[in-house]
Amino acid sequence: MVESGTSLEAKGVAHPLPQACWSCRGPVASGAAFCATCRALQPPAEIDHFRRFDLSPAFDLQRAEVERRYFALQRQFHPDRFAGKSATERLHSVQHATALNQAFGVLADPLLRAEYLLQLSGRPVAGGEAETVADPELLLEAMALREELAEAEDASAVAALLAKTEAMIGEIEVALSGAFASGDLAAAAGLALRFRYMRKFVEEATRRRRQIGA
Amino acid sequence: MQLLEISEPGQTPLPHAEKRELAVGIDLGTTNSLIAISEGGKPEVLRDADGRVLLPSAVAYGPGEPVVGQAARDLLLAAPERVAVSIKRLMGRGLGDLKAVAGTLPFQVEAVEAERMVRLVVGGRKLTPVEISADILRALKARAEAALGRPVTQAVVTVPAYFDDAARTATRDAARLAGLQVLRLVNEPTAAALAYGLDRGAEGLYAVYDLGGGTFDVSVLRLEKGVFQVLATGGDAALGGDDFDHALAEHFLSQRGEAGASPALSVAETKQLLALARGAKERLTTEPEGEWEIVAGGVTSRHRIGRAGFEALIAPFVERTTKTAAAVLADAGLGIEEIKGVVLVGGATRVPLVRRRVGELFGRAPLGDIDPDQVVALGAALQAEALTRGGDTLLLDVVPLSLGIETMGGLVEKVIPRNTPIPAARAQEFTTYRDGQSAMAVHVVQGERELAPQNRSLARFELRGIPPMTAGAARIRVTFAVDADGLLSVTAEEATTGVRQTVEVKPSYGLSEDEMTEMLRQSMEHAAEDMTARLLTEAKVEAERVLFALDAALKSDGDLLSAAARGDIETAVAAVRRTLQGEDRDAITAAVEALDKATVEFAGQRMDRGMQNALRGVNIERLADRFEQ
Repeated sequence: MVESGTSLEAKGVAHPLPQACWSCRGPVASGAAFCATCRALQPPAEIDHFRRFDLSPAFDLQRAEVERRYFALQRQFHPDRFAGKSATERLHSVQHATALNQAFGVLADPLLRAEYLLQLSGRPVAGGEAETVADPELLLEAMALREELAEAEDASAVAALLAKTEAMIGEIEVALSGAFASGDLAAAAGLALRFRYMRKFVEEATRRRRQIGA
Repeated sequence: MQLLEISEPGQTPLPHAEKRELAVGIDLGTTNSLIAISEGGKPEVLRDADGRVLLPSAVAYGPGEPVVGQAARDLLLAAPERVAVSIKRLMGRGLGDLKAVAGTLPFQVEAVEAERMVRLVVGGRKLTPVEISADILRALKARAEAALGRPVTQAVVTVPAYFDDAARTATRDAARLAGLQVLRLVNEPTAAALAYGLDRGAEGLYAVYDLGGGTFDVSVLRLEKGVFQVLATGGDAALGGDDFDHALAEHFLSQRGEAGASPALSVAETKQLLALARGAKERLTTEPEGEWEIVAGGVTSRHRIGRAGFEALIAPFVERTTKTAAAVLADAGLGIEEIKGVVLVGGATRVPLVRRRVGELFGRAPLGDIDPDQVVALGAALQAEALTRGGDTLLLDVVPLSLGIETMGGLVEKVIPRNTPIPAARAQEFTTYRDGQSAMAVHVVQGERELAPQNRSLARFELRGIPPMTAGAARIRVTFAVDADGLLSVTAEEATTGVRQTVEVKPSYGLSEDEMTEMLRQSMEHAAEDMTARLLTEAKVEAERVLFALDAALKSDGDLLSAAARGDIETAVAAVRRTLQGEDRDAITAAVEALDKATVEFAGQRMDRGMQNALRGVNIERLADRFEQ
């Protein structure tokens, strides 16, 4: 139902006008994947990853549920389903499948999901790969971990360090869930940044463990 | 108006499915190739007139038609300079790559530019690996047509999961030359999993260990209710059973050297020695020991070796495969205990040491009850059936090697990391580093190393016409798209000023469109015919689509038309149907265009009605809002 007092035109997404189907040239409801009249596959709608999976934007998602939807959608749109169809439909199916893969990659990963939610709410996480971090606490924590890694001499020491970091990541995920639930985006942004650092550290430590093992 | 079948979206079979040809599955191997067909989910390999399943991937060239298969392999001993073998190892490779396999390939190679595909001198001809592979594919196609008694023009062709973009493109081009339309390139381990999974209804995590003649692949897949999801893949595009042969051959050679015989052999003698070593490998797989006699350079030598000696020779290669397998598991973040089963693929997995080491690594006996030579072709046939007849399985594969761009200082910026699910598209922004810079060189590479020259160079192109700006102001967006075949296309555009330029990239090691056309023209009138036939089929598919769409539109909105307008459309429809009876592609296209014109007004009327309906819906809800207030 439409909220009272808001203009429908301004909402844009609530009742957009139909588009022309590329195949039969009749009207297709905006965002519909298939033309209701001739069943031709339309190009994918430009919607966020959550909507693509028919989910409402939220940090707390069951991975199994995301996977279930991903497989169901890929079954419908994957290029293998359109191998004998017209070139346009084959192209649209590649676009759909690409969009689904992209969405799944984000939704199934708690870090990327958190960053994406922040981005959707207009509050992107600072600190891309090259950016420096302002938070001195985080810097100190990261430096301490690096030092421990540098000092780790055997595979089991690295493994212990990895386990410790994974546990910290688990705690970050719980805290992120709380921050998003209470709408505290500033806290969520801080946690996401810390998460990103931990993730990078895990990658480094994993590489190190492989080197020691080899 | 004819009755039309209504199918579920996405499940719609092609028009006139009953008239369509069968699509085959092809395993184009380093040592042997196979072709298979599936009907009703039951795949079966196709045999030649003598009942043989394996077609040796050997082609002999002489004055007449090329000879493919066992006859060519037999000729390897008598006239080795006329026979090409193990050609798969050179697919999509340049002269520089040859160093990696130097000494292992008994070929004379023609010097070409460094970044072009190699050309081999065989039987007095200069041929690319693509052309030689096309000859193998033609032989398979002929075998299938003889076995099925009907033309075969569509195929699923398998490639090693670890094949890079250049090798994949080369494989697809070879099929095109042979008059086969590639419905899909499927990774060999994935095809094998398909054959096993469908056979057993397996669920859970499985590893596929695929050691062929010249390539090694290992993939980890999750199987679940008809979904085959590749989680990680890895391998070595230049490691296989051939290396076992070479190890044995070198061992024999060094023994001869110790005995005083000169180790230098002619190209012919090298090929003969390799054939002997292959036989020795096969014998040592079933027997504990054997003795072989080498006659070369007028010197005869005898060599005795037992299985333990053989295993010591090949252990380093086997070790490499198990290390790779462990790394792939680590990549996927999986422990060995999570793997429910290991599938063995490829003739080289018959070697007892391989089975033992794989069993030790995974802590369980590997599955090998589907013939490891056949399993890939069987899986490919299943997928070919699913693509043409519809099916319920879903194959979700990944990019085997990271794709990136060379940036300043020769570093690689990864755009699509390895193990990204395909199809995939990623865009990355780059900028200029000099004031007023008007062009930017884009170098596309594939691989995991940090420096560009250590990776595979896929393509180079230059983006020109960048408007003069200060350094760092331009926004050059480079988009990588990998399709469901694992093939890459790259586009680049400068977006800030609205000046857009898009460049499509073909791999440097591939053949240019001109070269392909020339080869098609030269090699066989009949592949050109196939090409014409394919274009005709495409035009027919397109015409059927237009008719189908119009029929649906008429059913839903036909009342909008005046009798006269309807008459005009029906005349145009009849014209399209008439052309569809014939084989004239231009006539079909022209009739479809005329029909398009005849329905422009109808389309407009339908859109108007759609708009009115949509607006009416809005108005009603607005009224409802008022009432709620």
